[in-house]
Amino acid sequence: MRRPLSPVEVTFRTEWAPIVATLVRQFGDLDLAEDATQEAFLEASRRWRQDGVPANPAGWLVLTARRKVIDRIRREKRYKELLAQVGHSTRDESADSEPRSADLLALLFGCCHPALSTEAQVALTLRSLGGLTTGQIARAFLVPEATMAKRLVRAKNKIRTAGIPFQIPATLHERADRLRAVHAVIYAIFTEGHAASDGETTVRGQICDEAIWLANKLVELMPDDSESHGLAALCLLTDARRPARVGPDGQQILLADQDRSLWDQSKIRSGLLHLQRADDLNELGPYGLMAAMASFHSTTPSFDETPWNEIIGLYDRILDQHGGAVVALNRAVAVAERDGPEAGLAALAELGSNDELDGYRYFHSARAELLARSGHLDEAATAFRAAIAVCENEGERQWFQTRLKEVSRSNN
Amino acid sequence: MKYALLLYSDPTAGPDPESPEMADEMQRWFQFGNDLMGESKILGGEALHPTEAATTVKKRNDTLITADGPFAETKEALGGFYLIEAKDIDDAITIASDIPNIHYGTVEIRPIMDFSDMQD
Repeated sequence: MRRPLSPVEVTFRTEWAPIVATLVRQFGDLDLAEDATQEAFLEASRRWRQDGVPANPAGWLVLTARRKVIDRIRREKRYKELLAQVGHSTRDESADSEPRSADLLALLFGCCHPALSTEAQVALTLRSLGGLTTGQIARAFLVPEATMAKRLVRAKNKIRTAGIPFQIPATLHERADRLRAVHAVIYAIFTEGHAASDGETTVRGQICDEAIWLANKLVELMPDDSESHGLAALCLLTDARRPARVGPDGQQILLADQDRSLWDQSKIRSGLLHLQRADDLNELGPYGLMAAMASFHSTTPSFDETPWNEIIGLYDRILDQHGGAVVALNRAVAVAERDGPEAGLAALAELGSNDELDGYRYFHSARAELLARSGHLDEAATAFRAAIAVCENEGERQWFQTRLKEVSRSNN
Repeated sequence: MKYALLLYSDPTAGPDPESPEMADEMQRWFQFGNDLMGESKILGGEALHPTEAATTVKKRNDTLITADGPFAETKEALGGFYLIEAKDIDDAITIASDIPNIHYGTVEIRPIMDFSDMQD
């Protein structure tokens, strides 16, 4: 059994992001805000044990973190331009320190700014809003800690020197545009966590939890945005399958073979609620449509009863709205489930040659599985080798190797 | 005649910023600038932050595409530059998005270095 969380740990979960966001609004410096928030939590873990938890833990933390920021600005020369501001803001330190939801949204838009690379956006979002340490993010993305540290430093330097603001875009049009970047970052975090098991399931699971927390937060901040609800629904409905996705030896279990009684019903219920809300608000966008697809799986008692017609219809709607080679690939796989592997292969052949798909492991592995099912074992082996060649995920590579051996064996 | 002088170098060449030689190097830059400015031969000029701080912007089918990093399409050549005053990068991107060649070219946004501390 896990030990119960200490008051500091409980507060950390809810208050880290709002405190960082408040300090970023007040002082405009992300690095400073994060360091000070971290120091404030360290001090809390010492002091609260001794003196007891204060009546307003969040308020105590904001004020402590603010004092840490001000100490550092006074100490360090490089914050020269912030000094004048500090003189003014120390006089009434509580007035401006109420966390506001607009601050959180501004922080999220800043971390997901399109002038930053996707990997920088993802790392910054996990650090600044999720409160994950550099080490935790590095482990989740399977890179050395030093690499992740360098990535974060580079990103923060870019924010500072290029003048990337932490603000909610002023016009509706801009906001819609930038919101797409925020959705993409949250979904990238989710899929990273959701990717094949690799023996580090706890860290990976934590990343999925983080993405869902962010998606829920976003829905709270933008309650009338259909796609934000769609994204939350998609993450919840997909994550509901987590307990059934990995077998006792850590091997992946495909959707067709999962024990559906293990699916998390409470996640399914809240996913369906978000999907309903997304649909009420507006015509479903790509995340909403993918969530709708996931909902068909969630509510079907067995794989054999999957309503493939409806699912293929949803793929067609996404393709009509947005196109996308990967969507077309997934549609072909659904066609194979409905009409047999030869029909799926024909749908794949229609996609033609495409650079994006050529470098995409699931394109080759999906083709390989369909070839194997229709008895073309030599071609299936070639396709598995192509999947292995472009695969960067160790767990998945091993799975493709196993499948390659199996099709080669049954060919002899 | 007016000319633009575009300065290129390997970011790792030249003296290390932390080394004592750097002070001499900076003196040479200030000297060059001040002398020619005095003769009204330099009309303007700035040092750019390294390419790590660069952002590129282009419009295709009226959609604005913003990306991290310097411009690297070798087929396209530098055709001009503007020195602008903007509140932050969003403001700079808004201004850049109205430059006529944004629809078929690319605009690289590079922040300007501030040496006001060193020349006091």
